[in-house]
Amino acid sequence: MAVIIKGMNVVADPWQRLELNADGSLPPVPPSGDIIVPLAMWQRLRDGLLARPGRLGVWLNANEEPAAIAEDLRLFGVVAVNFPKVTDGRGYSIAYLLRARYGWKGELRAFGDIWRDQLFFLAGCGFNAFALREGEDPREALAAFGDFSESYQGSVARPLPLFRRRHLPSPDGMEWS
Amino acid sequence: MYRYDEIDQRLVEERVAQFRDQTRRFLAGRLSEDDFRSLRLRNGLYIQRYGPMLRVAIPYGLLTSLQLRTLAHIARKWDRGYGHFSTRQNLQFNWVRLEDAPDILAELARVQMHAIQTSGNCVRNITTDHFAGIARDEIVDSFVWCELLRQWSTFHPEFSYLPRKFKIAVNGARADRAAVFLHDIGLQAVRDSAGEVGFRVIVGGGMGRTPIIGHVMREFLPWPHLLTYVEAVLRVYNRYGRRDNIHKARIKILVKALTPERFREEVEAEWASHKDGPSTLTEEEVRRVQGQFARPPYAQLPGDDAAYAAYLAAEPAFGAWAKRNVHPHKVPGYAAVTLSLKKTGVPPGDATADQMDAVANLTDRYSLGELRVSHEQNLILADVRQAGLHALWQEAKALGLATPNIGLLTNIIACPGGDFCSLANAKSIPVAQAIQERFDRLDYLYDIGELDLNISGCMNSCGHHHVGHIGILGVDKNGEEWYQISIGGNQGLTRAGAPAALGKVIGPSFAREQIPDVIEKLIEVYLDQRESEEERFIDVVWRTGIEPFKECVYGSHHQGHERRSRSLAAA
Repeated sequence: MAVIIKGMNVVADPWQRLELNADGSLPPVPPSGDIIVPLAMWQRLRDGLLARPGRLGVWLNANEEPAAIAEDLRLFGVVAVNFPKVTDGRGYSIAYLLRARYGWKGELRAFGDIWRDQLFFLAGCGFNAFALREGEDPREALAAFGDFSESYQGSVARPLPLFRRRHLPSPDGMEWS
Repeated sequence: MYRYDEIDQRLVEERVAQFRDQTRRFLAGRLSEDDFRSLRLRNGLYIQRYGPMLRVAIPYGLLTSLQLRTLAHIARKWDRGYGHFSTRQNLQFNWVRLEDAPDILAELARVQMHAIQTSGNCVRNITTDHFAGIARDEIVDSFVWCELLRQWSTFHPEFSYLPRKFKIAVNGARADRAAVFLHDIGLQAVRDSAGEVGFRVIVGGGMGRTPIIGHVMREFLPWPHLLTYVEAVLRVYNRYGRRDNIHKARIKILVKALTPERFREEVEAEWASHKDGPSTLTEEEVRRVQGQFARPPYAQLPGDDAAYAAYLAAEPAFGAWAKRNVHPHKVPGYAAVTLSLKKTGVPPGDATADQMDAVANLTDRYSLGELRVSHEQNLILADVRQAGLHALWQEAKALGLATPNIGLLTNIIACPGGDFCSLANAKSIPVAQAIQERFDRLDYLYDIGELDLNISGCMNSCGHHHVGHIGILGVDKNGEEWYQISIGGNQGLTRAGAPAALGKVIGPSFAREQIPDVIEKLIEVYLDQRESEEERFIDVVWRTGIEPFKECVYGSHHQGHERRSRSLAAA
């Protein structure tokens, strides 16, 4: 079983992520187990996916609208966001919207072309699970969460900007949980 | 300058440690060239023609003498004894070694400096009026707002992998000396009828391959909403800006594609959901940042200095320098001085380590320890007592920094060009020098009067050729260097209210050795056409259009060329 970073720990990943076939057709649905399906699959097989045993998650590509799942979030065990290329930063805004606008509080997972040098930013936008690209050592990457001890601006992880936290008893102020 | 507090200092140190580790992993072969690229770029490291170039941030162009001495030290220890001041008020070292970059950044951090986000697809150094805080036409001190934006944009988690670079300019005075219509976001301070401060928000301007004058998104954004509104603009851009083509990835292309009206609606809708949230600025925070700026302790002076006036009357050479290089100050008895980095024979914007040290000394002795870098690539001592101007002039002259050409044709803005930059199509420095040599006679230069001449070595337009009264652009024709000339551009800062404008290309391009002749012809047309000495080159171009200039430069060849084009078009 693959491992991912979750809640700042390296854990085994029980989820299987499905992808559309190269021609855009849907892949077969595994009879059991926890699966993360692409948005198109969720939109087309909604009832069937809900009826099957095992938990269900959905993943968004960088060009897909988080609004498309805003009403359905309570049905998912995980929401994942793909980073097709490290330089494609749309996923950061998708995470912001899922957390801050649509209220998703469960596992928000980043996957794709990401490694330790993006973790600090990803966590700031509300991701709390990370499937690093192949070849990366997730244990070694954990240190990256501490790259910076402070942030000036408000973020999903810490909605109060530094200037509103300077006088609070806890230096961290309000934490997203 | 803005003095770091403990947190500001810790963050730049943590950045050094982070980059040291990234460099170590790259050199050990654990990060690929590609992986490392976006990491090194956001620390100001480009791989250039001769190796890495390091771009050091000079936030909003403000610098202390101690910081300048550190830059001189770095130039000596890790570079070849000089640096290049850029049009974005930063400093570039052209000869550093990648292995040394972490040590250089550590040295910078010791004097509250860094290279954070000086490149890469993120929010870049925020630029402003080089007379901020001292201008007589000041509306607000723009440094405070620049610093608030600097902090907001530093390591912003959501906006660190934008479609393309993002440049913000703030102008706090009535005259636009920050070119707010030519930035991704331009912020012009305004006061409403009640005297409350706000910003006119301009989005989607820029130069480069597709020069566009920005669009006003809001006439008056009350200051507490500055950060939340900018956040909304960035989010719309981050989500919908094009990422498939690097040449169409700037926000200006998105604004144009959506239309400014639709873009505004998108931003307003986005803004509505977090407006008045925790990122709304507080008066306390603005005052705190203001307090971190150590304002120089001005002496109480009665007014204009009598000895200064006497020198002006007695020494024409001093008078000529004062006319061009000395600028009014809002505090009585003080003045601002431009030290020209545009001496003939020296690449525009270049300064040697010795010059930097010498300027640092002048800064301490004449200008309360602070100086500024202008986007015209000169250094400015902003707080000089009028009584010291004559002595300062003599010292600056000895250092080769008193060329009395500010605002004139030889105060050329030029990018490093093909001599250094790997993006360039053509060289800019030799062109600048050839023009400076042709127009070296001061009386001729003064007769020509105010004229901005800007040179870029390629379409990226780091030399701001689009907004030069005369713009020169290096182009590549079958592997050869050619130069295209445009006239009528304006950065919108020479006179209060003068609009920003983009130059028009006058015709087919020229070989390098033809350029001084072409410029001379343009000047002849101007001198011939002007109705008075008050009418500047740019005024004549705007009045007559480019035809008379075209006619003189291309003559009958031009007409033939036009006819050929027309008949081809008809066929």
